[in-house]
Amino acid sequence: MYSLSLATYLALKEVWRNRGRFFLVSLVIALITLLVLFIAALGEGLGTNNREYISKVDGQLVVFLEKADYIISASRLNQTTLRAVRRVQGVEAAGPLSAANTAILLPEQKVLKVSLLGVEAGRPGAPQLQAGRTFLSATAREAIVDQRVLDRSDIQLGDTITIRSTQGTDDQFYDLKVVGTTSGQAFFFQPSIFVAPSVWEQVRPKSEAELNNTTPAINIIIVRASDPAQAAQVQENLLASVNNIEVADIPTTINNIPGYSAQQGTVQTQGFFTLLIGVLVIGGFFQIQILQKVPQIGVLKAIGASNPVVGASAIIQISVVTAIGVAIGGLLTYLFSLGFPPTVPLAFDGKSSAFAIAALLAIGPLGGLVSVFYAVRIEPLKALRLS
Amino acid sequence: MSAIALEVRDVIKTFETDTGSINAVDQVSFSVSHGEFVALVGPSGSGKTTMLSILAALLTPTSGQVLIDGQDLARMGEAQRVALRREKIGFTFQSNNLIPFLSALENVEFMLRLNQRFDKSGKLRAAELLSRLGLGERLNNLPNQMSGGQQQRVAIARALIHSPTLVLADEPTASLDTERAFQVVQTFAALIHENQRAGIMVTHDLRMVQYTDRVLQMRDGKLVKIYSDKQEILALAKGE
Repeated sequence: MYSLSLATYLALKEVWRNRGRFFLVSLVIALITLLVLFIAALGEGLGTNNREYISKVDGQLVVFLEKADYIISASRLNQTTLRAVRRVQGVEAAGPLSAANTAILLPEQKVLKVSLLGVEAGRPGAPQLQAGRTFLSATAREAIVDQRVLDRSDIQLGDTITIRSTQGTDDQFYDLKVVGTTSGQAFFFQPSIFVAPSVWEQVRPKSEAELNNTTPAINIIIVRASDPAQAAQVQENLLASVNNIEVADIPTTINNIPGYSAQQGTVQTQGFFTLLIGVLVIGGFFQIQILQKVPQIGVLKAIGASNPVVGASAIIQISVVTAIGVAIGGLLTYLFSLGFPPTVPLAFDGKSSAFAIAALLAIGPLGGLVSVFYAVRIEPLKALRLS
Repeated sequence: MSAIALEVRDVIKTFETDTGSINAVDQVSFSVSHGEFVALVGPSGSGKTTMLSILAALLTPTSGQVLIDGQDLARMGEAQRVALRREKIGFTFQSNNLIPFLSALENVEFMLRLNQRFDKSGKLRAAELLSRLGLGERLNNLPNQMSGGQQQRVAIARALIHSPTLVLADEPTASLDTERAFQVVQTFAALIHENQRAGIMVTHDLRMVQYTDRVLQMRDGKLVKIYSDKQEILALAKGE
């Protein structure tokens, strides 16, 4: 215990008396922190924007067309399949999801690109309301919009929005009344607006061949099991009872979103290499510092300072400088994040930020490990040139 | 003179080189009493620095015994040797003496901290000792804000503050001008005598031996002559 207090005394005195030099090192660590936290936030933001809607649906299983390889846009189901799914044992409820892209017309000839999702009110897949109400009928030209739509425009609950939809070779315009709002419902990087399935079929972009189609097309069916713990059994029941389908759980569905895994892998690799560079930079700095301090460490050892005191002093010093750097970096990250536009997909998720900060706090001692070993192996005789 | 503080018995230190074995210290025996200040002199390569390193428990002799307050260094493990250096030995070096980020007062106090004896009275004693060495107005100066002579005096205070049995000084005047060198060694000798410590100073500057009680002359690793008579010592100091 006394060794620790002596080591702390030495470490803090040296940091304080050389505060300019150590502050510069802390700034380097702060920049690494800024980079790592932004990469973590970007990864989280990209991931969230990709999976947000799917990860929040009120169901455990997703039904796709067979051989769609769990890709939502590649799957095409119909009402017959939906009815069949609803009859399977263990299925409490099943809701269709139809997805398309469209654009809301804004003043000054601007547009806001959104995902147009067709869902049945009260069924799995329908969003949880934040304010307002759900659709009054299956044919009502009403919409529930994601909070992000409101954040990026002047649209408010009760307003009528106009969406532009290319049908055949013509642009068609449809008015939808905003009757409800929801939050955190990004789908494929775009904020979502929800409409009833038959409305979706009327207003969605269509090819020339689809123009006369009035039966709502369905991409996937979201299934809620009577007992969520028995979801695997329900999956088997579905596959045994309904033809031409494949069934996945929610995590599998998310991982099969086109580009999702590759994107997350890229971001995680960037984060890893940034941390690795941090370890090398900090390790290099402290190693140079220890080399400059060889005579000083020699004196300490010659007058009776033990190896634990010398080693602990080095570790405490590295930890303090790293902690200061991470704190400055965290503050900078927060300040910078305030100035970013909402279109930049940054999400400071508590868990991933905490993990990044823990990793950053570890890189200092990790990087300085070699220098600590070097310090405790310094022989006073050689350091003082007595040999 | 009182009880024996340091006893060296038939110490040999052998180094293996490409051309064979060399006895850097060869069959050396002597003792130093409490309150006695001894100079270790000799030409370069005579073995005096190796001898000092052995006395400082930084180097283990090949054979022979070194007893400090009756404790045999050869029988000690590394941890015990570290503790012995901390508690029973005071050390001043030729250069790089002080911890650069501690003030003069903190450098001296550090020996008390190392020995878990740092308290208000220790802090007061450290300040008094530095004042006595003419550094009363330099207590809060960092080493790089002091001259070489002032730094050496801080090192002397640090070597004495924890009341060690043995105080070792390796060429303490090497980086000082003549006037400062005489002042430093004179003060060192006075404090050794006053505090009843056993002091050993390695020096190549024979003028400095005038303040010592005994001079041990080494050549080729052997102790070749001992000057105990004050007249002889003064004559040696004058180069006669």
